[in-house]
Amino acid sequence: MKNKYFFLVILVGAVYFQACKPRGMQQAVTSDAASKVYVAPGTHDEFYNFVSGGFSGQMSVYGIPSGRLLRVIPVFSVDPEKGYGYSEESKPMLNTSHGFVPWDDLHHPALSVTDGIHDGRWAFGNANNTPRIGRIDLKTFRTVEIIEIPNSGGNHSSPFITENSEYVVAGTRFSIPMDNTNGDVPINTYKKNFKGTISFISLDPADGNMKIAFQLLLPGVNFDLARAGKGKSHGWFFFSCYNSERANTLLEVNSSQKDKDFILCVNWKKAEEYIKAGKGKKQTVKYAHNKWDEKKHMATSTIENEVTVLDPKELEGIVYFMPCPKSPHGCDTDPTGEYIVGSGKLAAIIPVFSFTKIQQAIANKTFDADYEGIPVLKYESVLHGEVLKPGLGPLHTEFDDKGNAYTSFFVSSEIVKWNVQSLQVLDRVPTYYSIGHLSVPGGPTRKPWGKYVIAYNKITKDRYLPTGPELAQSAQLYDISGDKMKLLLDFPTIGEPHYAEAIPASLIEKNSTKIYKIEENKNPYATIGDDNARVERKGNEVHVYMTSIRSHFTPDNIEGVKLGDVVYFHVTNLEQDWDVPHGFAVKGANNAELLIMPGETQTLMWKPEKVGVYPMYCTDFCSALHQEMQGYIRISAPNSNVPISFSTGTNVAEEAK
Amino acid sequence: MKSIFLIILLGVLMVSCKDQGTTTTSTPTDASSPTLIAGQSAVQDNESMKDVVKVAVGSPDHKTLVTAVIKAELVDALSNAGPFTVFAPTDAAFAKLPAGTVEGLIKPDQKSALQNILQYHVMTSALKSSFFKDGMTMGMVNGDNITFQVKDGKVMINNSASIVASVPASNGIVHVIDAVLLPSSK
Repeated sequence: MKNKYFFLVILVGAVYFQACKPRGMQQAVTSDAASKVYVAPGTHDEFYNFVSGGFSGQMSVYGIPSGRLLRVIPVFSVDPEKGYGYSEESKPMLNTSHGFVPWDDLHHPALSVTDGIHDGRWAFGNANNTPRIGRIDLKTFRTVEIIEIPNSGGNHSSPFITENSEYVVAGTRFSIPMDNTNGDVPINTYKKNFKGTISFISLDPADGNMKIAFQLLLPGVNFDLARAGKGKSHGWFFFSCYNSERANTLLEVNSSQKDKDFILCVNWKKAEEYIKAGKGKKQTVKYAHNKWDEKKHMATSTIENEVTVLDPKELEGIVYFMPCPKSPHGCDTDPTGEYIVGSGKLAAIIPVFSFTKIQQAIANKTFDADYEGIPVLKYESVLHGEVLKPGLGPLHTEFDDKGNAYTSFFVSSEIVKWNVQSLQVLDRVPTYYSIGHLSVPGGPTRKPWGKYVIAYNKITKDRYLPTGPELAQSAQLYDISGDKMKLLLDFPTIGEPHYAEAIPASLIEKNSTKIYKIEENKNPYATIGDDNARVERKGNEVHVYMTSIRSHFTPDNIEGVKLGDVVYFHVTNLEQDWDVPHGFAVKGANNAELLIMPGETQTLMWKPEKVGVYPMYCTDFCSALHQEMQGYIRISAPNSNVPISFSTGTNVAEEAK
Repeated sequence: MKSIFLIILLGVLMVSCKDQGTTTTSTPTDASSPTLIAGQSAVQDNESMKDVVKVAVGSPDHKTLVTAVIKAELVDALSNAGPFTVFAPTDAAFAKLPAGTVEGLIKPDQKSALQNILQYHVMTSALKSSFFKDGMTMGMVNGDNITFQVKDGKVMINNSASIVASVPASNGIVHVIDAVLLPSSK
């Protein structure tokens, strides 16, 4: 007995000891890592990294290689710091067919491209919960348009973009009963009543404005991720889908039954032909389309009522299913457009499909019967080859400029570099811990800029100083300029980063807006010049036309407002100087602050609840006398006869009179 | 007394482990002495539940399995988020294999075969034994399937291994089985 215990102790101990020893999954961080990520004070990073904020609903911008946080751009969630979703002007941006929605879950940025190369004009992001796509203008780093997607139940497979920014797409993650049907059906009638859709949203080449060009009505699978073809495969789009079992419960198990799910190959040029030929069916739906007007500094929300639907079951040649092992997630086309990489979350291999072979298989009708009326291409006939035993849990693939692919593996927590032609694994590095997406600058385009791969990890644990049960999610920067990947840097991110794109700074920085010209301010409530500042009563609405300039508001003393009134502070920032916003806040407002850019007008609504005198002040440190930039507003009883009055500098102290 | 000795010894060994785990700091030293970084298995955490690896390590009946997991370099993968259902053959189960099988598999040149067998014992969802139904087929991490037989409440896998105990873990569940599962040779 004694011996047995002793033996156990030794063995268990040995195991513990061994388990902690270097085992080949270790990574050397050499001393030159610091110099490779050092961006000297006052100098700039080489790349912008647009990183999705996941459940924060926002998009954040980092500099690479330093990992500096440069900006958090509010997109789908309110941002009290910037007044986004709180100011009267920005509230319509978050309007939907369900009313005002203050939050969403942004997973994937997509940067605009021309000839398949980043052009630095716009960034797009998807709302995963209440299906929408947002467009950010990279001149101002502001969300300027949001379009809701009808017939969708979770816009995950989005907003990936075509080679000349003709379209961004929106594939529904959840299949659902279509919007124009009676959706009040038992959930277990999924196979009968639930459908999937993919929307093609066209972009106006001049101003980027979005319009739902058409939707494809598809079987009730779950669309996951997507990539456009490029080069030779331009005109096609590839969408991974899981749950070909069409399960409606415990998908963890029930959507993992089949050995193969699908990648859907979409010939969108063919779809365009059918649209031109009038084969689309108009469907009555309801969706919000919100636009930011840069001259008026305000958003409008329009409810649209119609979408054009194509049914590929009836219209031959638009879509083909391509079998792909075990719940494909990532679906990535290489820079040449010839190869499509499918990453089955549960697959032990990575299949690489050949666009040329796909075209041959379609021409020769090399089909494996059909799935829900859509032809299924024979797996072997479209396969370039398989990367064998690359790692556990492949998720996403990006590419460099040398014919190599970089695939993230969640379960084994690593990045694996392999050659697209030879399918040979060339290198692997661990990530800390549990990588999701990864990004190579230009990685999804025809022209990868290479140099780095950035891992976006799901688990942080001991990588940073502890901050309680929740930690910032970590990104990791690797040097890929040599044969071996080298870890250089960890940096924390906001929310839960999913996908990200990185783009040379030179494509964006030269276009960056510095101020809004005051003479171009077309906001209907703008106050151009202190002399025009005023307070006007309209029934129980009190409109304060206020200006701000270092270091005072005009007016800064306001009286005659009564309980029951609704006060609108329309604040115009008269500054014409880069990086001199003014803020505005009033005590007790059930609202956020305003943050008003130079030359801009923004409006704060306030319903005072109690009689009294309320301070108001500038919230953004603007000047030497920023602390003096303040005022008062007096709220009187409802039956009071205090007249409306307003002033700056003239309402002198009673005792001085 | 004996158990106190055991605790102290384990404590000592874990401390030595901790020392290694803290070598993650990236200090600028000369390039010839790179900083070592371990994976998630080295995270120091005595508050959370044990993960599937630590459950196996803590079991007196899974020495062979633990050795195999280390040799196959799957310690970090199985310490990650998973979630995992691990079918954990006991030492007695490994002992039922033909003589020399285990010794052969843990040789460095057999790492791929060993990984294949071990990954045939792991699923990437955490499922209680009551979930398994007679005739159910599930895909394993290595890409092959297993089939369940359920008779009189007893769960068997591939008509050869029975679930004899189940231990929940922080990143999944460990079902102790009394025979090693062998993937079909390809």
